[in-house]
Amino acid sequence: MTAVIEAHDLGKRYGRRRALSECTLTIPAGHVVGLVGPNGAGKTTLLQLAVGLVRPTAGRIEVMGGRPAAGPEQLGRIGFVAQDTPTYSSLSVADHLRLGGWLNSRWDGGWAERRIDRLGLDRRQRAGKLSGGQKAQLALTLAIAKRPELLVLDEPVASLDPLARREFLDGLVDVVGEFGLTVVLSSHLVADVERVCSYLIVLVASRVQLAGPIDELLASHRPAGLEDLVLASMGRVSGPPPPPGPAPAPEVRS
Amino acid sequence: MIPLTWRQFRTSALVAAVVLIAVGGVLIATGPHLAHLYRATVGACVAGGDCSATQAAFLRHDSTLRVWLGVIVVVVPGISGVFWGAPLVAGEMEAGTFSLAWTQSVTRTRWMATKLAVIGAASVAAAGLLSLMVTWWARSLDRVQMNQFATFDERSIVPLGYAAFAFVLGVTAGVVLRRSLPAMAVTFVAFVATRLAFLKLLRPHLLAPSTMSIALDPVATGFGSSGSLFSRGGPDTLQPPTPNIPNAWITATRIVDRGGHVLTSQILTSTCPGLGDGGPPAGGAGGGPQPVPAAAQQQLRDCVTTVGRTFHQAVTYQPASHYWPLQWYELALFVGAALVLSGFCLWWVRRLT
Repeated sequence: MTAVIEAHDLGKRYGRRRALSECTLTIPAGHVVGLVGPNGAGKTTLLQLAVGLVRPTAGRIEVMGGRPAAGPEQLGRIGFVAQDTPTYSSLSVADHLRLGGWLNSRWDGGWAERRIDRLGLDRRQRAGKLSGGQKAQLALTLAIAKRPELLVLDEPVASLDPLARREFLDGLVDVVGEFGLTVVLSSHLVADVERVCSYLIVLVASRVQLAGPIDELLASHRPAGLEDLVLASMGRVSGPPPPPGPAPAPEVRS
Repeated sequence: MIPLTWRQFRTSALVAAVVLIAVGGVLIATGPHLAHLYRATVGACVAGGDCSATQAAFLRHDSTLRVWLGVIVVVVPGISGVFWGAPLVAGEMEAGTFSLAWTQSVTRTRWMATKLAVIGAASVAAAGLLSLMVTWWARSLDRVQMNQFATFDERSIVPLGYAAFAFVLGVTAGVVLRRSLPAMAVTFVAFVATRLAFLKLLRPHLLAPSTMSIALDPVATGFGSSGSLFSRGGPDTLQPPTPNIPNAWITATRIVDRGGHVLTSQILTSTCPGLGDGGPPAGGAGGGPQPVPAAAQQQLRDCVTTVGRTFHQAVTYQPASHYWPLQWYELALFVGAALVLSGFCLWWVRRLT
């Protein structure tokens, strides 16, 4: 099993606030990895460290065997969609596709245009006028058309309505199938993860509480569902040890 | 990276171009007439003899426009700093788009360097073009005025340096503060402060000034307190008229003896006891020589004659020949400061967050 992301004692402080501390984890290649955890667990910080938007204050992180954002080559191998899927509100959809071509040597413009057309987006439309779901789709198109080997998505559907959420995730499943990408996707909704992911990591307070291929996890914890499994693994941290007897009550909700 | 920079900057560039064309239109509409007037009045007069009245009349033409053009040349670099520089990175931080820009296959350093270079060049070009146009337009007025240092900041090449500096100063403030509005405010204040400090503290000393000794003229020399706008009611002193040195910048005038000692009010009082007693009420407005009643006038003349035996007026000034060296010097210093700040921006953006 080769790793796409390897973190060792990774830490990030903002002044006095610790966003992530002593985080050690391995994320394997070839999966759609769901990164789940309560708010403040350090998911966003971990992903920003992985794409090089943020520099660690302690420990180290390797992504695809290199230092994040070390150079254009390293940047080109990773696609990123940030929380709230930011786009340039005054630039049109077509401008965004051009932008992708200007800034990426492996840009697949034909594919991007076909996807935008398939989604029914008006290329002349300004990104500021797009709906949340359309904006997210545009951001995803940009991240994939640069032909990355690893796609990192930070809560991409958190602010979308159920329909847009479903369309986004279905679109994601399609492109993963098309290109065989490794994907790391953070979410606090287990249902979303169950829908698209094949591998699960539960992160609570910078610690990995549970990690493994989802089908194996489910098989070994029958008859519990994924949601129960996640909640139980979160509860183990902040709550008292589960009492013997019936199913442990979840302590942490997201 | 250059196409993206241009795409994001296009609207601002268009606005700048429209402003430049508008100003250029005004200059082209009025410039030839001004040049014609110059040839017809002042130019024709030089052969005739005393031209001061003709020159004064010529200087009254387009005087308001001349002042406003100067204001525009002075203000435009600041505008580029506040409106182009400050929001450049801060805007991306506020909108979150930095996370889109900085995860494409272009390093942050290149992203920042390209933005600094392209928009910085546009800012310098705009200020340079404007200064060139205004310098051309005002050339006959400036020639007659014979006071080139009065318009030093509004002409020739220094506006290019101001523009480069102001823009990068704005970018720096935006990179550090990460928010547009505070960065714009800081840029404005810092730019004005830097320009004023340079003008008051640095420019007079960039090149060794020339000095000139002038005997005290009993007729023209006045008497009053040496207060300025900021410190009224200084000690009483003699106030000789400021000498008229064509196109020079007089930075200081003092009354000194041969050994370089300044005429103090003690020396003045002991040399001319009773001076000023019959004059205007003490503590009157500081500044220029004040009208003195006839009785006291002779007393003052006698006093100036006596003082003038040992003291003279020492004038420190930058001669006309220093105009271009000072322009180049100041341009180089502001461009140098812009380069240093650019280096800081590149370094800071790399280690940001």
